Amino acid sequence: MPERTPSQTVGPYLHIGLTPGRYGVREIFGPVVADAAMPGTHIRIEGRLVDGDGNVVPDALIEIWQADSQGRYAHPADGRPVASNSFRGFGRAPTDDDGAFFFETVKPGAVVSPNGVMQAPHINVGIFARGLLKRLFTRIYFPGEPANASDPILSLVPADRRDTLIAKPDAKNPSLLRFDIKLQGDGETVFFDA
Amino acid sequence: MGGEAGAGQGPVGLSRGPRKANPVVERPVTARDDQEADAMEDAYSRTGNAVDPPHLFPDYKGTARRAPSRPLIMIPQTLSEITGPVYGHSDVGPEEADLTKQHAGEPQGERIIVKGRLLDERGRPVPNSLVEIWQCNAAGRYIHKVDQHPAPLDPNFTGAGRCVTDENGTYQFTTIKPGAYPWRNHANAWRPAHIHFSLLGPSFLTRLVTQMYFPGDPLFPFDPIFNSVPDPKARERMIAKFDLDTTKPEWALGFVYDIVLRGSNATPTED
Ligand SMILES: [Fe+2]
Repeated sequence: MPERTPSQTVGPYLHIGLTPGRYGVREIFGPVVADAAMPGTHIRIEGRLVDGDGNVVPDALIEIWQADSQGRYAHPADGRPVASNSFRGFGRAPTDDDGAFFFETVKPGAVVSPNGVMQAPHINVGIFARGLLKRLFTRIYFPGEPANASDPILSLVPADRRDTLIAKPDAKNPSLLRFDIKLQGDGETVFFDA
Repeated sequence: MGGEAGAGQGPVGLSRGPRKANPVVERPVTARDDQEADAMEDAYSRTGNAVDPPHLFPDYKGTARRAPSRPLIMIPQTLSEITGPVYGHSDVGPEEADLTKQHAGEPQGERIIVKGRLLDERGRPVPNSLVEIWQCNAAGRYIHKVDQHPAPLDPNFTGAGRCVTDENGTYQFTTIKPGAYPWRNHANAWRPAHIHFSLLGPSFLTRLVTQMYFPGDPLFPFDPIFNSVPDPKARERMIAKFDLDTTKPEWALGFVYDIVLRGSNATPTED
């Protein structure tokens, strides 16, 4: 049996290959996961990535993977048709000079878990950067969501760290959510191993 | 290894019980010890991940303030993890695999062919899967605005390529051999020549970004990124092999580089 190829960092020049638009290469991925025609509750997620010193991380890449508003994934292991042919459930965004990123999408529906318990709506997040030798994996959950209390993944997280996984509502704009990511130290975001 | 969760870290009780919700693996639950039962119920193997570098690797200075300090929380593999982005032949044009033909003229340097197969840990090909690469030019300079290395840019070279694996998991790029380049990790630090590779594979769990190195590079012993991989045999799997059969007479040297992703425990089905 062949053995796995090890992970290596994306390094500081990742944009050339992964978000190449500024180098004159057509982009096939971007921060817009759902266009206006997509059924569901449209949301914008904004966040900032900071390191263990609280400094912004301006050279990272954030990827998200999510279900449609009915909890269906655009993937054969799910098998159910998603709400729109144009919905692929995947987004990719570089952080900017302020460590900031955003995605425009729809709120996903609840997703089934291996023992049949429904998972609360959530978005899987992958983080790549110089200084990260392998991807970090976390999840965005939604504020004020009653299903969070019984979510089988959140329940594995110590109670005092769960808030790092729950996006913050915006006081004025109900479609805007904040999800800041702290790589290390006080308030460190919870990262998963699956 | 800094900040890694061990196999016993965190509760994993969720994954017990019949898997009626999982469309990929359906197995009866029988009496086993906990660890074995959990391993049986994973859709994707976890053991192969031991080849990866730790998050914190002090010789690579960039990890010091970016590596998580808390252990990762082990979670079961749900539908959210065993699915993943599906991109294929309709997303990428065949010309995108030739990095020597993106400009009016030809780039400087040694023309090479890099080809290989995308496989899983069971040795099965991973077909119709996106491969993205990026690299510096023959002089060791990236087109990237942040790269300050005083080596020439090449107006005929961007250094970005993409392709999709065929039904046998095979991919192929034409490019030029990248140069070594300096970085500021430590005194007189140079990266061995490499091409960055990004793979999606069939699920969120198979996502991999790695670097392909060239055989016989004298910089290997001094490079903390290459040496962050703990097992020397695993490091060797990041080094392409020169291949005379891939080499095109009067045209380009050929290198073969197979890439192995996490393997699904599921019996493959036709879809
Ligand atoms: Fe590089």
